[in-house]
Amino acid sequence: MSTRRMIGGEIILKALADQDVDVVFGYPGGVTLPLYEKIGQQNRTEHILVAHEQGGVHAAEGYARSTGKVGVVLATSGPGATNTVTGLVDALMDSIPVVCLTGQVTSHLIGNDAFQEADTTGITRPATKHNYLVKSTDDLARVIHEAFHVATAGRPGPVLVDIPKDVILGEGAYVGPDDVEIKQTYKPQIRGDRKAIEEAVELLASAKKPIIYAGGGVINSGPRASRLLTELVDMTGYPCTLTLMGLGAYPASRAQFLGMPGMHGSLEANMAMYHCDVMVNIGARFDDRVTGNTAEFSPKSRKVHVDIDPSSINKNIAVDVPIIGDCASVLRDMLKVWKENKLKTDKAALKKWWARIDRWRAKDSYGFDQGPDIIKPQFALSRLNELTRGMDIHVTTDVGQHQMWAAQHLHFEEPNRWMTSGGLGTMGYGVPAAMGVQKGNPDSKVVCVTSEGSLLMNIQEMATIANYRLPVKILNLNNKVLGMIRQWQELFHGNLESECDLSGSPDFVKLAEAFGFEALTASRPDEVDDAIIAMLESEGPCFLNMGVDRFESVYPMIPAGAAHYDIVLGPNDQRAEVDDDDLAMASLA
Amino acid sequence: MAAKKPRKAATKRELAAAKDAIQEHTFSVLVDNEAGVLARVVGLFSGRGYNIESLTVSEVDQDAHRSKITIVTNGTPMIIEQIRAQLERLVPVHRVADLTVEGPSVSRELALVKVKGKGERRVESLRIADIFRAHVVDSTNSSFVFEIVGDTGKLDAFIELMEPLGLVDVSRTGVVAIARGSQDM
Ligand SMILES: Cc1ncc(C[n+]2csc(CCOP(=O)(O)OP(=O)(O)O)c2C)c(N)n1
Ligand SMILES: [Mg+2]
Repeated sequence: MSTRRMIGGEIILKALADQDVDVVFGYPGGVTLPLYEKIGQQNRTEHILVAHEQGGVHAAEGYARSTGKVGVVLATSGPGATNTVTGLVDALMDSIPVVCLTGQVTSHLIGNDAFQEADTTGITRPATKHNYLVKSTDDLARVIHEAFHVATAGRPGPVLVDIPKDVILGEGAYVGPDDVEIKQTYKPQIRGDRKAIEEAVELLASAKKPIIYAGGGVINSGPRASRLLTELVDMTGYPCTLTLMGLGAYPASRAQFLGMPGMHGSLEANMAMYHCDVMVNIGARFDDRVTGNTAEFSPKSRKVHVDIDPSSINKNIAVDVPIIGDCASVLRDMLKVWKENKLKTDKAALKKWWARIDRWRAKDSYGFDQGPDIIKPQFALSRLNELTRGMDIHVTTDVGQHQMWAAQHLHFEEPNRWMTSGGLGTMGYGVPAAMGVQKGNPDSKVVCVTSEGSLLMNIQEMATIANYRLPVKILNLNNKVLGMIRQWQELFHGNLESECDLSGSPDFVKLAEAFGFEALTASRPDEVDDAIIAMLESEGPCFLNMGVDRFESVYPMIPAGAAHYDIVLGPNDQRAEVDDDDLAMASLA
Repeated sequence: MAAKKPRKAATKRELAAAKDAIQEHTFSVLVDNEAGVLARVVGLFSGRGYNIESLTVSEVDQDAHRSKITIVTNGTPMIIEQIRAQLERLVPVHRVADLTVEGPSVSRELALVKVKGKGERRVESLRIADIFRAHVVDSTNSSFVFEIVGDTGKLDAFIELMEPLGLVDVSRTGVVAIARGSQDM
């Protein structure tokens, strides 16, 4: 084992280089100054000076989700560290590998309420997958390498390393990643149990009304998992639905794709989830936004659940065949078992099942009416989808109505192309995430779909984007309102608009120009295509302010805690016309 | 120490067998003895709304820096399975044993029980202490401190009997438990 003595700051940079880190998103401060001195003396790892540490974490998340690498953040002690908390929880909820290094006050001052001291490991303990306080420079390299391991192994997540100033300044031994004995306590199980896989495959083959329901675990498992999922879906001819986190894991353009399930999912996906007799969940987590009322969730199905995290299984929904393992590994084994046993699907039953699904699909539950005057946000997004077809494109979103419409109307053919804050639902995610995506994918068209409420939450990162000439495109679907709040107030809270109006927002065009963006506008349906094309073709950072219908609501909608058959379709609030037959069959079968 | 066994989650049928019945379980958790490890475990319980009936912790292996935490908790079978999975997910956790289901185990608790009184009541408290094999570890003219070891039920019974005899204070360690037989954890 070769060791070299180095200064703490150098150890940090060497460890990052050995972890193949090309970029860190950071912001300096008193206790990290000695590290910045070293950063300024090297050019192996690029440092992006963000405008706010929360933006730094979201940028690291965007970078990680689009590249499959670890996103790295650097913040100072106290306020720098506390500013990262929302980003860390966001990464925790969506299982994104992020390593966040924070400075801490000098060791002997810890606990003294020193200037810019915060109990960072205490505050972030429930906000991270794991965190560390480094006590000595000799431990520094090992802890950083371990942090990268923990962030990526098994179900990924954020890991924070808190480093006191004296540890940065002190001298210690450097050990490389290969010389670090990774703690063997955190050992995720990759291979699924063979017996359970056989049982799952048999169940799958015996299905008369199957559905494959896949989620972000497939994306996290790497592109191979998406290929294997596609193979399984195509081989069986079964319908497939993908969660908000899983979009892109199966090509959206194929007929077997039913769209997204859940609160704002398609009628066909939700009805198929409700009526199916076999449900195979691969890397999704039966989130409450998907299940609605758990007591009424898919009551007649036998369920398989594949997840690398044992704590995801039987958390919300008890399943018949649990399989703990990595999605790619389990999918490969499932395909192998299917082929070895020469299994066949029940073609006749499947034909009937598809006929039913096609009847639900015929209702065109994502449909909308674009009139001549006001731009419908769905129209803008479906045009964006058309006009970017075949392009090398990545999309980030913020949180609200625009996010749900983007999930409905943008079609992803590949994984790692769609970045949205699913678990935490963090307004302010979109702009900094887009910055990170662009950093990791310099040649891609990176589009952030947002709306003015979310935009204002991390708008400061437009300065960073402009400063680094990152050609990010921001599409602001400006409805002058916290649209999702307005929608819930209309539907569930007495139809009273309370504190959601944003008509007093700033002039976003001027603001974008002040940040150094090219700024465009569109306010009529016939301007939409030209504006989107101009945005996509602009060389540098570009902002398109698109005035859209303030009163549009997202449909379909399953009210929170309701059952799937309570799905509400279309602007007239009618209940979905689910055949009475279907319901009767479901409750009798 | 034995390696972690491959995990298998419970099936719906297994969970349904004891649906919704609240059960008490004793977990033994072997952890790295490092700063914050207890906070992680306790934070997990409070953050997710699990109950802690008793919790004890102490270093058990100085050379390897290992501590053992014994937690008595309760919940439905689904919750108990969650608790186990969530504990296993913590990085400094080496092994989680659910002593309630993994074969026979013994559990013990120690209490220090202070009783104040004179005359007949004082004699009576000594006599009961004798029956329970409690020892006197401190005495004054008007008080005793008894040390008693046993399972939770025995301690509860002893303390209840001391109540009318002048019970003034109790300190209990909480439960420690271990699997019976020759196997290590
Ligand atoms: C940080 C944060 N605060 C509050 C919310 C609650 N929330 C969810 S959607 C929404 C409105 C979003 O408005 P806007 O960004 O304009 O998007 P729109 O719904 O209009 O498309 C709010 C306030 C949230 N998700 N995140
Ligand atoms: Mg809005």
